[in-house]
Amino acid sequence: MTNTEGQIETFYDVMRRQGITRRSFMKYCSLTAAALGLSPSFVPKIAHAMETKPRTPVIWVHGLECTCCSESFIRSAHPLAKDVVLSMISLDYDDTLMAAAGHAAEAAFEETIEKYKGNYILAVEGNPPLNEDGMFCITGGKPFVEKLKHAAKDAKAIISWGACASYGCVQAAKPNPTQATPVHKVITDKPIIKVPGCPPIAEVMTGVITYMLTFDRLPELDRQGRPAMFYSQRIHDKCYRRPHFDAGQFVETWDDENARKGYCLYKMGCKGPTTYNACSTVRWNEGVSFPIQSGHGCIGCSEDGFWDQGSFYDRVTDLTQFGVEANADKVGLAAAGVVGAGVAAHAAISALKTAQRKVQDNKKKEEA
Amino acid sequence: MADDSIHTPNPNMPLPLEASRLTGDATAEDIESIRTRTSVFVYEWPVRLWHWVNALAIMILCFSGWFIASPLPSMDYAEATYQFVMGYIRFAHFAAGMILTVGFFGRIYWAFVGNHHAKQLFYIPVWKKRWWQEVVFELKWYAFLEKEPKKYVGHNPLAQTAMFFFMTLGLTFMILTGWALYSEGTGQGSFADSVAGWVLTLFGNSQIVHSVHHLGMWFIVVFMIIHIYAAIREDILSRQSMVSTMISGTRTFKDDRPE
Repeated sequence: MTNTEGQIETFYDVMRRQGITRRSFMKYCSLTAAALGLSPSFVPKIAHAMETKPRTPVIWVHGLECTCCSESFIRSAHPLAKDVVLSMISLDYDDTLMAAAGHAAEAAFEETIEKYKGNYILAVEGNPPLNEDGMFCITGGKPFVEKLKHAAKDAKAIISWGACASYGCVQAAKPNPTQATPVHKVITDKPIIKVPGCPPIAEVMTGVITYMLTFDRLPELDRQGRPAMFYSQRIHDKCYRRPHFDAGQFVETWDDENARKGYCLYKMGCKGPTTYNACSTVRWNEGVSFPIQSGHGCIGCSEDGFWDQGSFYDRVTDLTQFGVEANADKVGLAAAGVVGAGVAAHAAISALKTAQRKVQDNKKKEEA
Repeated sequence: MADDSIHTPNPNMPLPLEASRLTGDATAEDIESIRTRTSVFVYEWPVRLWHWVNALAIMILCFSGWFIASPLPSMDYAEATYQFVMGYIRFAHFAAGMILTVGFFGRIYWAFVGNHHAKQLFYIPVWKKRWWQEVVFELKWYAFLEKEPKKYVGHNPLAQTAMFFFMTLGLTFMILTGWALYSEGTGQGSFADSVAGWVLTLFGNSQIVHSVHHLGMWFIVVFMIIHIYAAIREDILSRQSMVSTMISGTRTFKDDRPE
């Protein structure tokens, strides 16, 4: 089947064209259902949708970023998901991964927008810097912010890949000289799904794309606009070291006996208790490991403004507003100390004053 | 004044405190003194009960909260399965937090149905010029610039201000951020999440909520120091009872002068 105007191929067509057997296709459907947390009854639904629905084109643009999201994405552990989803979306536009370059690539970009007006999904990796009219990020000879607005205008929905697009990440860290701005603050009239992380987990990325392509709608989002199936729980809630936390068994210093025993990294500043992501369940690199499993605390890379939360090894944010590095305990102890000393001094003066008044009163009585 | 009052010398009445006098206890001076003492009932039992339950809950919350943020040294007295140190500390914190929350709502309810003084905690009459003048007066009393404090039935204007900011606003802040943090464990769609989950979104990052909740603890600790000191100091130096008032509900004035 050829890809002609008005008759877009189905996923199944694309897969078969890529030499994928029906048996592998069914495996992919059941694995996808499992990854999305759906019951087995959804497997035939996914298969049916992929066989009959025309595929949804994806345009993938890159702003101010390090491309770690793409690097993660192409390492998706589930090979079918990687091959299928990547081949499907790269058919349209991804300036980093597509074969075309230069004017040919930009022409493909315009053509895709024109051809699938209102039907394509815009995936944004990185974010637009707004300072100096967006001159800090030029792609295809134009400020990225213009390209983003242009592509977003006719998009059905937008995926914000990674911490950059979702929250701003390192380039938006204080003082944010380029005024790097997350996508949802630039594009306000389209449904946006945030997939934060630096980078996001590959399986989470393919899972989100598959869900949207299969069911033709956004997955259920949490209050911050992240897919609830991957971001509704903290690293801490599903961490395999959690029993040691509840037991009160902690790594006290790096490389101590407790570290060797695999105790909880809470005291080493692990940000698992404040970070929403799927690392402790999905893990990384084909499920091999994740930071905590390798003995280092979570740094909270999928949280808003994680570069501005002080050290990666502190669980309480430094208060730098006064120009003095201090944390809540130092400020609190100082305040309590000052007030306590003040109270003691006040009590002493009160006692002296009262004694003095008594002496004076007695004198007056004697004189009278 | 009734004919059988001891507040005015009354020729028809026998000398008061007969039993006390004749057992060698009360002196003539004592009898003069009780003639000038007056008292007023201020705090009804729900207010007093709330005060002490709230105080106990805050103590538990401060200590358990401290050990949640800075856990005790690691313990290895049992297999992790049978050891639940952090679990118990967190349980104490959450349980005390629930009691504090229920108590706070109960106290708000009592502000509506209780007596006039039950409302004082929840507002400061900033629109009254006289109120501001009396705040200044109280400040001067604490700066040793006034010889003698004035008599108040409930809180004096300075105390009312402190109560409003530290307790009414402070507890509201701690309850909101506390429930937001609690909702992180109970998960999306839970009761805690539906009532306080928005606080996490408001701050953007759960770590910030942890940090401000922690700072809030120190805010309450500072209040505790000032509150306990002021209550004991005023009990000794002022012209009215303080500590016993929160036990019996009755404010006793030590003299019968008008102001």
